[in-house]
Amino acid sequence: MSEQVVISEHAPPLKKVGKGDTLLQVRNLKKYFPVTEGILFQKAVGHVKAVDDVTFEIKKGETLGLVGESGCGKTTTGRCILQLERPTAGEIVFEGVNLEKLDSKELSPLRQKVQVIFQDPYSSLNPRMKVGSILGEPMRVHGVYPDAAKRNNRIAELLNYCGLPSKFADRYPHEMSGGQRQRVGIARALCLNPDFIICDEAVSALDVSIQAQVINLLEDLREEFDLTYLFIAHDLSVVHHLCNRVAVMYLGKLVELAESDELFDNPMHPYTRALLSAVPVPDPSKEAQREHQVLKGEVPSPLNPPPGCVFHPRCTLAVDSCRVNIPPLRELKPGHWVACTEV
Amino acid sequence: MLRLPIPFRPRILGVRRHASAPSQANNYKGASRNVPRLLEVENLKTQFETGVGTVKAVDGISYHVDEGETVAIVGESGCGKSVGAMSILRLIPDPPGRIVEGRIIFQGRNLLELPDSEIRKVRGGQISMVFQEPMTSLNPVLTIGLQLTETMILHLGLNQEEADKRAVELLGMVGIGEPERRLKQYPHQFSGGMRQRVMIALALSCNPKLIIADEPTTALDVTIQAQILELMRNLTKDLGVALIVITHNLGVVARYAERVIVMYAGKIVEMGTAKQVYHDPHHPYTIGLLNSVPRMDLHRGRRLVPIEGQPPDLTRLDEGCSYRPRCRWAIDKCAASFPPLEALEGNQLAACFRKDELEKDLQSAS
Repeated sequence: MSEQVVISEHAPPLKKVGKGDTLLQVRNLKKYFPVTEGILFQKAVGHVKAVDDVTFEIKKGETLGLVGESGCGKTTTGRCILQLERPTAGEIVFEGVNLEKLDSKELSPLRQKVQVIFQDPYSSLNPRMKVGSILGEPMRVHGVYPDAAKRNNRIAELLNYCGLPSKFADRYPHEMSGGQRQRVGIARALCLNPDFIICDEAVSALDVSIQAQVINLLEDLREEFDLTYLFIAHDLSVVHHLCNRVAVMYLGKLVELAESDELFDNPMHPYTRALLSAVPVPDPSKEAQREHQVLKGEVPSPLNPPPGCVFHPRCTLAVDSCRVNIPPLRELKPGHWVACTEV
Repeated sequence: MLRLPIPFRPRILGVRRHASAPSQANNYKGASRNVPRLLEVENLKTQFETGVGTVKAVDGISYHVDEGETVAIVGESGCGKSVGAMSILRLIPDPPGRIVEGRIIFQGRNLLELPDSEIRKVRGGQISMVFQEPMTSLNPVLTIGLQLTETMILHLGLNQEEADKRAVELLGMVGIGEPERRLKQYPHQFSGGMRQRVMIALALSCNPKLIIADEPTTALDVTIQAQILELMRNLTKDLGVALIVITHNLGVVARYAERVIVMYAGKIVEMGTAKQVYHDPHHPYTIGLLNSVPRMDLHRGRRLVPIEGQPPDLTRLDEGCSYRPRCRWAIDKCAASFPPLEALEGNQLAACFRKDELEKDLQSAS
């Protein structure tokens, strides 16, 4: 997509973003879901703070990992970027365009550039559509390959890129294995030539040997098409393998953000440390030597998060001020941001 | 659902046994300890009749578990690891499933020949299970207290008062605060991790000799997974309970298991201590698995070496080695017959004709 796309008078024409330039900025993103009571006269009795003041940016060509446990807001962050959810507050700036200012018509051309791969290859493909239609529909809608013959060529090409024979275009999703379906999901994400793909737990549902195949495919496609990924996952080993930078979320907040090597070698936030030590390494000798720091308690309810630092009830370093003040994200080393006052 | 003919007579389908497998397994002395044998599974075969043919979910597996030991069964989905474990307690729905061959000797008795009334005493009594989904394995309309005490009244012959007292102790033991209040609550009032703790309390309630944990932490978050596994390890060690952990997570196995059994397409392909299997694997599938996992402890930037292809269709297995289509060491001989599970040094077992020739390009070696 090298030609310039004019979106509306609100947005300047999109510039070609080069490698290393900022592709996406998420600024003070908040997404609160109201919790309602009553059937006829609903009133909000509280808010689930799914994402609470998250700021980060992604550079062109890099892969940012977004990790955390279930309910920490990582998927909601991804959905806000995709504009599947309208944020409560904050800005999402993609290639210099603030997505919050656009209406759905103006967003349409941008949707081509931002695509998503979902976790569950069983529920994310329409069981009544053949693979060819699944891949062809977005192209038809966006008018990318209006000519049916060309479109079919493109579908065959996409399937081949993703390691599937082109005859799979005539198959239904139920005729394929989980790994093959996930490849179709990846092909669908690629079919509009996107710049940016959000992988939301894209390999979590797959078996070890198939997972490795799909991880390698994602790496190859990144090289081939110059893609930028936001890789949302709970599996830290996969994130370590695939991502250049990693952001750790806990209860709607960003607690640590650093280069991959730095984060895994030198985790600073107590939550990140506990998270890393909780991941077992497939090596019995190393496991015998490793220190296992088991985190006490459970993640509090996002409906009623603790005051101050959200992690303080489980934190070993917590002091009195942690119960009152929300720790800001500080840059402790170049590129290494930590939201903790006690490290 | 669990009706089996009484007494259960396994139907013998020919005598095509794996000549060496059972005997080899029996000679295996887990680090030559003088620990009594608790469970012995011999040539177990469990099959399912489906519309498209007979699925040989478990196809002649033999292994043993000593008292107080932790054994992990690893493999990918559909390899028969869960069916194999469910067969121990005869929890395979019949039809369509059936244990067609084998013996399961637990404390000197063949579980497959026990009448229903006897196996019921074993289930939840001497052998208990912890399932993957703590939501679906607890009854949502009964309080936790009722579910805990019911088992104990049935198996231990306690009265309600005694059972209540013990239930409070058990919940305390598995780290649930305010046990008296929690006993009156329903499963939906517990989080996933707490429910799994209840399941563990339930599993421990009747002083079992063996706990079978089927993917006990797969549905849980990493930090909760660590809590639950740590809890299971400490409790089984303190109480001297043997544990069979079924999992697909190679990291969990490395951290918690003493011995490892690797399964592929219904068969055991490798067996040994955790160190042997991880550091010196002798089956191509084990090597493939270890090379497939992304690892936090190794340098970034290395490329994963996936196992190419797909696991086989279990209705269409032939005489040969089922891993052969994905194996880069496969030779003609592999198509003719399934390689027997044979002993290597140090009582490690592997089912591969070329087990001594495999060059192991394991990244961990470097």
